[in-house]
Amino acid sequence: MARIDRLWVLPQHDLMSDSNPLRKVPLHAVHEALGAKIVEFGGWLMPVQYTSILQEHQAVREAAGLFDISHMGELMVSGTGSEAWINSMLSNDIRKISPGYGQYSLMLNESGGVLDDLLVYRLKDQLFMLVVNASQIEKDFLWLEKKLGPNTVIENQSDAFAALALQGPKAENIYRKVFNAEKRPLKRNQLLETPYLDKSVIVARTGYTGEDGFEFFLPAELAKTLWDDILKEGGPLGCIPVGLGARDTLRLEACYPLYGHELLQTISPLEAGLSHFVVFDKPEKFNGLEALRQQKETGPARKLVAFEITGPGAPPRAQYPVLRQGKVIGEVTSGTLSPTLKKGVGLALIKADCAKIGTSLEIEVRGKKLPATIVKKPFYSSL
Amino acid sequence: MSEIPENLKYTDSHEWVREEDGFGVVGITDHAQGELSDVVYVELPAIGKTFKAKEPAAVVESVKAASDIYAPVSGEIVAVNSALGNEPALINQSPYEKAWIFKLKLSDPTELKSLRSAAEYKTKIG
Repeated sequence: MARIDRLWVLPQHDLMSDSNPLRKVPLHAVHEALGAKIVEFGGWLMPVQYTSILQEHQAVREAAGLFDISHMGELMVSGTGSEAWINSMLSNDIRKISPGYGQYSLMLNESGGVLDDLLVYRLKDQLFMLVVNASQIEKDFLWLEKKLGPNTVIENQSDAFAALALQGPKAENIYRKVFNAEKRPLKRNQLLETPYLDKSVIVARTGYTGEDGFEFFLPAELAKTLWDDILKEGGPLGCIPVGLGARDTLRLEACYPLYGHELLQTISPLEAGLSHFVVFDKPEKFNGLEALRQQKETGPARKLVAFEITGPGAPPRAQYPVLRQGKVIGEVTSGTLSPTLKKGVGLALIKADCAKIGTSLEIEVRGKKLPATIVKKPFYSSL
Repeated sequence: MSEIPENLKYTDSHEWVREEDGFGVVGITDHAQGELSDVVYVELPAIGKTFKAKEPAAVVESVKAASDIYAPVSGEIVAVNSALGNEPALINQSPYEKAWIFKLKLSDPTELKSLRSAAEYKTKIG
């Protein structure tokens, strides 16, 4: 048995070595005690599953799941120049949101490729928390610090923060019990700071699963207490710990991009179907603006599409070739056997002129060509 | 702890073989199914195809990963477990019984001697 996906296999010596560059989340010991399988992800040791990916996936769709997302980075930006500076660094328009809301945005290179995708939480008028991908924390921070504008301060507070996500139809119910909160605490993408023990927790109604839910950002030392509180209140309602394996299948069904798969320095947001998050007409010029403006005029050469395998066969996987009438037109960026739909589904970056919904494709799996059809995104969402 | 039946032979790549009068029945170990978890697809070899020892002969896919299954010994495929087509999760439920994957007619039965015993395999997976 070999050729196991790299995400699965972590040689023991890597875990043991003194020069181990892999980082541990504050709840690492909790995950180990729960018997989680631990893998490397984005430079971190993370639980990929506690019991079974399928079971954890189903819990989030039908009840609730609790995720440790402490590997994500938190960059705090403040100062009187912060709003204008963030707008000059990121593709979306931060002026569109008031304090107390979050916004999805992209950090681009000069040619319009994606350096990272992130959520910008506007905590106060001039205080922002940028939540960035685990693998990009240092790179993002260095890049942003180098380009820092006037009257703006940026701090990497990733080590001080832990982050948990509570997702699923029972999430609101559990949240209310844990925090004694009122009935409808937050709108989608809204956030608040709420007291917890002797400190405070930032609660945002955001997530990466296609379900309603919350993300909590809190001092690392409180992570264990909140983790336990959520499982104590949520356990009777079917809430279980969920690892990165199900996080990936959940986000893929909801067609959320994953950095390193759908988003790369060589993929533009227009190709990835994220033009909604690129604001061309704001006063600030941002990296990649000119390149994207040109691409918008001519139309991107490639497009990210969602496809379903139409018959039986092996699940599609990243990097499998995509064909149309026998010719290669692109490749799969993410694929799986959808636990909810019970069929092979995936995202693929293909030639733009083949990207219409309903188009027949073939996915090449170990030399066999499986018929597939382009379908509307997402495969699943309860939102 | 994963189960390791005494009467089988094992490979370092986590296949097992049961010898039956010049034939070898092959599957993956309890340890391997535990590592993979949630098997969702099994690709079986064609009957009549021949494999040398250590050549990939089948593929087992979990939610996250595709894994090659190697022929532990050389031979010709004489039977495959088609039940795995409809019920790939048998690999998780019954790795040594219901989820045998393929049966080989051994071209060189002495190759079996080079495989690991249950005790050796147990030491290997710790």
